[in-house]
Amino acid sequence: MSSSEYEGVMVFAQQKDGKVHPVTYELLGKGREMADKIGESLFCVLLGSGMEEVDELIYHGADRVFLYDDPSLQEFNVLHYKKCIVDLVEEEKPKIFLLGATTIGRSLGPRVAAALRTGLTADCTSLDVDEEGNLIQIRPAFSGSVMATIKTPKSRPQMATVRYRVMEEAKRDTSRRGEAIKKRARIEDTRIRVLERKEFEGEGSIVDADIIVSGGRGLKKAEDLRIIREVADLLKGAVGASRPIVDDRWIGRQHQVGLSGNTVRPKLYIACGISGSVQHLAGMRNSNFIIAINKDPSAPIFKEAHYGFVEDLYELLPELIAEIKRRRGMKTACITERSMRI
Amino acid sequence: MGHGAKDEKEFNVIVLVKQVPEAEDVRIDPDTGRLDRSSAEAVTNPFDLNAIEVANRIKERLGGKVTCISMGPLRADSTLRDSLARGCDRGILLSDKKFGGADTLATSYTLSCAIKKIGSFDLIVCGEKTTDGDTGQVGPEVAEQLDIPHACFVEEIKAITESSLVVRRKTENGYMILELKLPALISVTKDINEPPLPLLKNKIKARKAEIETWSASDLSEIGDVERFGLTGSPTRVVNVGSPHVEKETMMIEGGSSREKAKKLVDILEDLGFL
Ligand SMILES: Cc1cc2nc3c(=O)[nH]c(=O)nc-3n(C[C@H](O)[C@H](O)[C@H](O)COP(=O)(O)OP(=O)(O)OC[C@H]3O[C@@H](n4cnc5c(N)ncnc54)[C@H](O)[C@@H]3O)c2cc1C
Ligand SMILES: Nc1ncnc2c1ncn2[C@@H]1O[C@H](COP(=O)(O)O)[C@@H](O)[C@H]1O
Repeated sequence: MSSSEYEGVMVFAQQKDGKVHPVTYELLGKGREMADKIGESLFCVLLGSGMEEVDELIYHGADRVFLYDDPSLQEFNVLHYKKCIVDLVEEEKPKIFLLGATTIGRSLGPRVAAALRTGLTADCTSLDVDEEGNLIQIRPAFSGSVMATIKTPKSRPQMATVRYRVMEEAKRDTSRRGEAIKKRARIEDTRIRVLERKEFEGEGSIVDADIIVSGGRGLKKAEDLRIIREVADLLKGAVGASRPIVDDRWIGRQHQVGLSGNTVRPKLYIACGISGSVQHLAGMRNSNFIIAINKDPSAPIFKEAHYGFVEDLYELLPELIAEIKRRRGMKTACITERSMRI
Repeated sequence: MGHGAKDEKEFNVIVLVKQVPEAEDVRIDPDTGRLDRSSAEAVTNPFDLNAIEVANRIKERLGGKVTCISMGPLRADSTLRDSLARGCDRGILLSDKKFGGADTLATSYTLSCAIKKIGSFDLIVCGEKTTDGDTGQVGPEVAEQLDIPHACFVEEIKAITESSLVVRRKTENGYMILELKLPALISVTKDINEPPLPLLKNKIKARKAEIETWSASDLSEIGDVERFGLTGSPTRVVNVGSPHVEKETMMIEGGSSREKAKKLVDILEDLGFL
């Protein structure tokens, strides 16, 4: 097959309980940009049962949404999902096919790529396309110490998984028009059965937090995480951690930021007692605002920070907590005073 | 498919292990942006140690045999010896110039050819990812090429019989319980177990053990040689560069911690976080 037969960009829309995972909107943002650049269409494939967000996918840039609505697709079964997607890709022949690098995308993507005998670049942090439609895939390699640029010169589609929260979400435009195409799922495979799914209650994933306050090995003992937690609470943020204190079980793995943990992109990231290893940086350097607190002025974290405080965290954080409380106290006092006068 | 436990009495587990440079030893030359692996010690991919331990526990339960396969240069035979010292029964090294430069598709194709050559298996266990390739793709790609079910991010084996497996699979914020019919492939997380160190006497024994080495021609009856190595790899690394442009950092040094705290709160207020 010549590669010129392949046209357009396709995005896998991941859903849970009918709700589309936000990484999908990020893929649509990048997908739209690339499709426009090569003058082709943007497709989206959504699999599940009883989904309602089809219009949203169109508002976020999809020209065509292929919809597989079937009870057998409600939960993620990699064999069912693979079958539908491989059939669709063989029919529609997109030039580029993107998935989120979530626990679902990382299981499904390689299976689809192997079935189609094409390349798949894992965990991309940046994507672009040249005029001929060649996908330029950039990903961290060797524990994030280097960035590798990868191409898939001949095979089509060119496939990539993309980290959540590294790309901009597509703009929503309710005047956009597109087409929803219902597809029939033919599923006979019974080799995998989903017996149960459980989501942990309580604190949401740090991946979704707008503010993260993280602690590292600058903390002397597990109890001292309390100071980090207090700052996070005051700012209504979440607690993050570097790997060593997760490995020592001071805090759960779901709090780990970095290459082997979560990639985060909050509005504000405060790193306390974290040196800034390439592996840690790989998980947080795209944060909108980074403040680092470290007593060593040569700590690499300062190279990535917008503001660097050279100070002992045991000195600075208690003062910070006191100062925030003081100003809040003052503010509430002012407001009450004024409201009393009225 | 020709394999499965029915015609064989033994329960056969295959573990895929890779030799990687010791992570801390990989340095990047700040001037050239080149990777310097010359000083790097070669070790068994740490994630694969968890896979070996899973296979050992299953063998304890069901009996049978654990075979380790690794594709890599000849010196990777030390990784297979390490696997034997940790309790595996057989080690196979896939080594040939023709396997060189393989991406995940070619690697998984080559591994799946070797697995077909072995013939009978019930379960394949992989690590979550390698510290050098770092994709986690090889496992599911092997599963697809062998047309067997798979589960990634397995953090617990709930039950196993000769014909099926129940696992707990990690998700972003919870888990799923899956039942897989055997033969199947799983890739396991670091949290699934804590691999013990191999005993010295087993290490000594493994030093003398035989490691089978298969070349491309040993697999040519099963697979298409064109699909091995660089020629079988659809992806190409076109550039390797330094990670990032440095940001302008405003450093706040000197002064009391009280003054710095005030400055920090000013910044937070200016940015609208308070
Ligand atoms: C394959 C691989 C994957 C990895 N994945 C991750 C990952 O996902 N996430 C991750 O974080 N790491 C990861 N690592 C580990 C990483 O290499 C570093 O070891 C780790 O990030 C260091 O954590 P740290 O900064 O907390 O500790 P350290 O590097 O020990 O730094 C502690 C810092 O605290 C400062 N400090 C000490 N006392 C104080 C004080 N009183 N006040 C203020 N500052 C103080 C010190 O100056 C120092 O800079 C990975 C490593 C490998 C090989
Ligand atoms: N060259 C190889 N030889 C044997 N097993 C491998 C090889 N490469 C990868 N694997 C297996 O596949 C898993 C995922 O590797 P990767 O896709 O490179 O992150 C590893 O943990 C190994 O179990």
